[in-house]
Amino acid sequence: MENLKINRRDFLKTAAAVSAALTVGIDVPQEAIAAIKEAEKDWRWDKGVCRFCGVGCGILIATKGNRVVAVKGDPQAPVNRGLNCIKGYFNAKIMYGKDRLTKPLLRVNEKGEFDKKGKFKPVSWEKAFQVMVQQFKKAYNELGPTGVAIFGSGQYTIFEGYAAAKLMKAGFRSNNIDPNARHCMASAVAGFIQTFGIDEPSGCYDDIELTDTVVTWGANMAECHPVLWSRVADRKLSNPDRVKIVNLSTYRNRSSDLADMEIIFRPQTDLAIQNYILREIVYNNPDAIDKEFVNKYCVFATGYVDIGYGMRPNPNHPKYSPKERETMKKEVEKIVSRREEVSLKYLGVRAGQIMKMKHNKSAGKHWLISFEDFKKALEPYTLDFVAEIAKGDPEEPLDSFKEKLKTLANLYMEKGRKVVSFWTMGFNQHNRGTWVNENIYSIHLLLGKQAKPGSGAFSLTGQPSACGTAREVGTFSHRLPADMVVFNPKHRKISEKIWKVPEGTINPKVGSHIVKIMRDIEDGKIKWAWVQVCNPWQDTANLNHWLKSARDMDNFIVVSDAYPTVSCKVADLILPSAMIFEKWGMYGNSERRTQAWRQQVVAPGEAMPDVWQIVEFSKYFKLKEVWKKWKLPDGTVLPNVLDKAKAMGYSPDDTLFDVLFANEEAKKYRWPDPIGRGFHNTEAAGDGRNIIGTDGKLFKGYGFFIHKYMFEEYRKFGLGHAHDLADFDTYYKVRGLRWPVVDGKETPWRFNVKYDPYARKLRTNPDDEFAFYGPALKSLPKGDLIEPKTKEKFSLKNKAKIFFRPYMDPPELPDNEYPFWLATGRVIEHWHTGSMTMRVPELYRAVPEAVCFMNPKDAKEIGVKDGEYVWVESRRGRVKARVETRGRNKPPRKYVFIPFFDERILVNKVCLDHTCPISKETDYKKAAVKIYKA
Amino acid sequence: MEKKKQKNLSRRKFFIKSFQAVGLSVLGGLMWGAYIDEAVSAPLVLRPPGALPEKEFLKKCIKCGLCVEYCPYETLKLAKPGENLPLGTPYFEPRKVPCYMCTDIPCAVACPTGALDTDTVSDIEDGKKVLNINKARMGLAVINTESCIAYWGIQCDACYRACPLIDKAITINYMRNERTGKHAYLVPVVHSNHCTGCGLCEYACVTVEPSIYVLPRHIVKGKAGQHYLKGWETEQKLQMIQEKRSRFVTPRSEKSPLEYLNEGDLLND
Amino acid sequence: MISKFIFKHRYLLLRRAVQISIIFLYIAGNIYGWNILKGNLSMGKLFEVIPLADPYAVLQMIFAGALLLWDVLIGAVIVFIFYALFSGRAFCSWVCPVNIVTDTANWIRKKFKLDKDEWQLRFSRKVRYWILGLSLVMSLIMAVPVFEFVSPISMLHRGLIYGMGFGWAAVLTVFLFDLFVTKNGWCGHLCPLGAFYSLTTSKSVLRVYHIQPHCTLCMNCKNICPEKQVLSIIGKESGYINFGECINCGRCIEVCNDDALKFSLRYIKKEKEG
Repeated sequence: MENLKINRRDFLKTAAAVSAALTVGIDVPQEAIAAIKEAEKDWRWDKGVCRFCGVGCGILIATKGNRVVAVKGDPQAPVNRGLNCIKGYFNAKIMYGKDRLTKPLLRVNEKGEFDKKGKFKPVSWEKAFQVMVQQFKKAYNELGPTGVAIFGSGQYTIFEGYAAAKLMKAGFRSNNIDPNARHCMASAVAGFIQTFGIDEPSGCYDDIELTDTVVTWGANMAECHPVLWSRVADRKLSNPDRVKIVNLSTYRNRSSDLADMEIIFRPQTDLAIQNYILREIVYNNPDAIDKEFVNKYCVFATGYVDIGYGMRPNPNHPKYSPKERETMKKEVEKIVSRREEVSLKYLGVRAGQIMKMKHNKSAGKHWLISFEDFKKALEPYTLDFVAEIAKGDPEEPLDSFKEKLKTLANLYMEKGRKVVSFWTMGFNQHNRGTWVNENIYSIHLLLGKQAKPGSGAFSLTGQPSACGTAREVGTFSHRLPADMVVFNPKHRKISEKIWKVPEGTINPKVGSHIVKIMRDIEDGKIKWAWVQVCNPWQDTANLNHWLKSARDMDNFIVVSDAYPTVSCKVADLILPSAMIFEKWGMYGNSERRTQAWRQQVVAPGEAMPDVWQIVEFSKYFKLKEVWKKWKLPDGTVLPNVLDKAKAMGYSPDDTLFDVLFANEEAKKYRWPDPIGRGFHNTEAAGDGRNIIGTDGKLFKGYGFFIHKYMFEEYRKFGLGHAHDLADFDTYYKVRGLRWPVVDGKETPWRFNVKYDPYARKLRTNPDDEFAFYGPALKSLPKGDLIEPKTKEKFSLKNKAKIFFRPYMDPPELPDNEYPFWLATGRVIEHWHTGSMTMRVPELYRAVPEAVCFMNPKDAKEIGVKDGEYVWVESRRGRVKARVETRGRNKPPRKYVFIPFFDERILVNKVCLDHTCPISKETDYKKAAVKIYKA
Repeated sequence: MEKKKQKNLSRRKFFIKSFQAVGLSVLGGLMWGAYIDEAVSAPLVLRPPGALPEKEFLKKCIKCGLCVEYCPYETLKLAKPGENLPLGTPYFEPRKVPCYMCTDIPCAVACPTGALDTDTVSDIEDGKKVLNINKARMGLAVINTESCIAYWGIQCDACYRACPLIDKAITINYMRNERTGKHAYLVPVVHSNHCTGCGLCEYACVTVEPSIYVLPRHIVKGKAGQHYLKGWETEQKLQMIQEKRSRFVTPRSEKSPLEYLNEGDLLND
Repeated sequence: MISKFIFKHRYLLLRRAVQISIIFLYIAGNIYGWNILKGNLSMGKLFEVIPLADPYAVLQMIFAGALLLWDVLIGAVIVFIFYALFSGRAFCSWVCPVNIVTDTANWIRKKFKLDKDEWQLRFSRKVRYWILGLSLVMSLIMAVPVFEFVSPISMLHRGLIYGMGFGWAAVLTVFLFDLFVTKNGWCGHLCPLGAFYSLTTSKSVLRVYHIQPHCTLCMNCKNICPEKQVLSIIGKESGYINFGECINCGRCIEVCNDDALKFSLRYIKKEKEG
């Protein structure tokens, strides 16, 4: 603990020094203030949400004429109290890049006809949709519902996600819709569902102000959740002696600056460190276990380990090179390493032995085990073993590392010490992402430090509506709204009922997740794809394959975007989209807070909101074209539901538009509506631009408040199922509410009877203080550490699972040929693929290009100086980037980090498309590369 | 006689011419000098790494532009007529192109005259000179805390992350934000003992006009007197106080005691 | 016809070629990174190794009190030795880009008959030596190399290589001065760099040699010469043009129709003197 003390003293000293160094004074002359007031006179201020990350800062937007002229942080927003980060500061500028797309663009030949090899030319919405529909029907009729796909987004508004999911699942009967959120928090979802039976965190941001300990695991909050980080910093300042911050990372990042302790670990060994902590609790400090909590509310569980790495099942795929296959073959079998011989000791494996991946298809399967088995499995994770394999900085003495691990375990275990664990992509983008999520809950549950104010493991989401849209609306290939799934007949039935579509309409087969959509396109299994609010041809790992197949295969790719991106470059049709404040929207942030904004301005040129594009598309499909009998490639038959549809009063010649979006119910939501008085609503009423619509006629609006209709319908999914949302209008009056919203009250901490009405309602015994009431996967067989032993399944109502999940090597490790680890990720200045932030001059100037963060000693060894170019090459491809050894990120030896925002440096060409086999989320943090001077 | 007269005349002519020439030279020299005085005064100019103090630098710089040619980032340029800077001398404007602090300092190495002195940007290791760009003192970054958005509470710190001597030349200080009650200020603070004045911070700053900007060190750095030492910094090395024997003069102490005592009339003045 | 023109301007064309090539090589050194010549006429490097420095600039710097590195001192010595021992004041006619400017002014003067007295403000050619002396004294007093801050020569070559700014104004001043005020006003009357070379290069090897017996006293040479006073022996006696002020431009040789002038190598090639 000695080093903690020293850090604190330095910390206080600098804090005191700066308060003295501040200058005070306002040098704005009175006339200037008067002029500002005068200029502001005709500004309209309205509330909104920051466009960027999952923190969900509230902002106020000023518009004048048809232009957003300024923003400010919303002082009333509980998340940020008027503050923003460097990106949020530029919300007013992101919509005004010079190269906004304002017209549909189609690849055409000289005669103006669509031609896959043609050049982009502006076309009318009518022509665009003619070709798009025609191409859709070609693929759909040839391949069926699995032959088409939508790339969705965690940046969809709730309305957009809902419209897209409804059209795909209820209309086209396809589950091939998956959001980029798959890359972002699918592992968190799988962790939540497997552990608690229900998605999303039990705690909330208030934990920060209440906790004594913040442990960040693979979460560079200082750059990726900056406003929350300022709350962590404030908490630290409020009680520097008590509050401890620990930053666990594979390289030194900005978050270490505030931390009392930094632990640099070798990639993938977070699993080992977690098991060390668990072992420390179970073997050496059993008193630390909250026995009552564990006995009453928890069970122990584990699953298979031979589950592959989410790569292509066929490692001999003809389109892959022998070099690539070296890694790909691990999907089928691997050789047990020395590390694994120890970490998997309970399975009796030996180093050098071949492990066949027998459970790739049942990777998520798990069963109950006894505490004794749990304990036995943890046995090998001694301090010596874990420190040996986990120390990430070769230059750190082993003893110091051991000391840190002990300190970390002690912080978790200390009685009365509240602990919050935060993580983001370090856990989620992990070839064992679900495991590593579950392990952290295991620690918190075992210690009874979960679902309590100030204590809990909290998954931070990356995207502004990964929770609100991707997860809650369910724009995943396996999901339906409110945590329901397509493979559950009951869930399908509920959904069909709310959507007013015939029973049997929804496809029961899980669709292709986002990486698989790419693979399916490469294999010719998907021939039509629509990209919405994302940029998959920049952000999907192993990019060379996808870039090639998009252009070379017989397919049709539509990209809706506001700016020309890499994905647009490989598309066949580009649709110009409205941006955030050019449409009505709602986002849901990391802490389950749903926030809403109105359309502030009208989009430029002929750009239109995504909701409009999706709804327009539905006009061109009659029920008889989609609700007929389909035979899927795997043999599944989707029944003809047209008769049932007739019985429901539909005609086979009705369009999906009539049934899904412009039905009787929808038309009850009239526009104008008091909530939108004085604001545009492009979809409902047009917006005065006189856009010629997809039918070649003037678009005057649908005449009803489609957003409100969709939201009120969507709400029905969650009401009474612990997913309750408030009504539409409420969200336009308040600064967001954390669901479940019951009787108008939000829920800060779930599963805790003091705060969660559902926990009160559903608890098993009247004196229970907790109820982990999530309904999913709550009936399991019992077994030992190797496999389930009972046919019978046991109910674990209201219980959370404490998983044992071991350490395993990633499929690709640095070796002599590829000696470096490569990870990609973000920088604070740029958002994801940079399509917005690279167009804000100030942000561009602040970080104009992605660099290769590298250890100075490695740079010296390679013979490159800062600012010189190197090639970073993996088995899959290479990119050229400038070396940076003095930057914000300080990697240990043989480790490089290259952010992915820069489309001139497509680092995803190098990354490996291995995913967590359970969550299917790509591991962007581990690839083996070689580096040489360019 | 005639000859002598002529000789006298020509001698006379020579003297007159000479005096006239001297007169003209003095006049010309005066104007020339006045111009030079103006032309070499550029208190805010930023010089390349290793530049000698301005006065020495101007003496030695031959304006050849070799430093400019060897700068890989087009940071350096030679002052052109009309830029109101000492003509032909190298300088840089960080907001346009900052100094990227090449570790091999090609500009200074290229300097043939010593106006850029590599000794000032080198360490001696094992008796050998090893370049160390971190020792460059091109200027010093200062922050206007009124326009700096980090001091408003915005999570910015673009300058800090841009700093090649991150956590040394610029550090983050944490202060509580009483207004929100829960969001700390994370504000950048420049440390003159590490700042090289490269201007990467100024370049990166996201405000319309930079809120952190590099100025020559002598403009920015104040200097406290040596008659008082920080008693609370126990480890502070005791600097040798240069004992000045001079007396301190204020208007009150100008007069000698006798002058004061014997002059004036307290009652009637 | 053309070949005759070329022959009659052979040195002029060669000089222009040399002047332009040198400046071009410096420009290419900066823009394309060519390694032949880097820097500029004040200080440059040949093949990135051999230093070349303007001895007069270095002298000013020494007067200003600068302790200089060997690099620049060696460069100055190399250049100084080249001109002083070998080529004479050839810098002014073969290297200096201002020469192109003043020659142009001269050419226009001739073309538009501005050679009459009304277009001449006459003053002594010795003024340049006073300026030279003054520049050294001033450098000493001001502790900076004073001419280097006003030199239109370096403004021009530096401007061509690194960007002109308002430097064109200085060049224009020289041009207009030579055109309207005084013939050969800058190079022949004022320029202290020219003065420096005039004082130091009279003993060089390369000189113009006059063969008196061939001379028909047509005075073409004197008419063309920018430093007429150096041709004092024309028609009187054979011999070397012994004045440092001669810039070895070779114009006199070109215009002589009688083979009475030629370049010769003093000390090396034996010419009959007298």
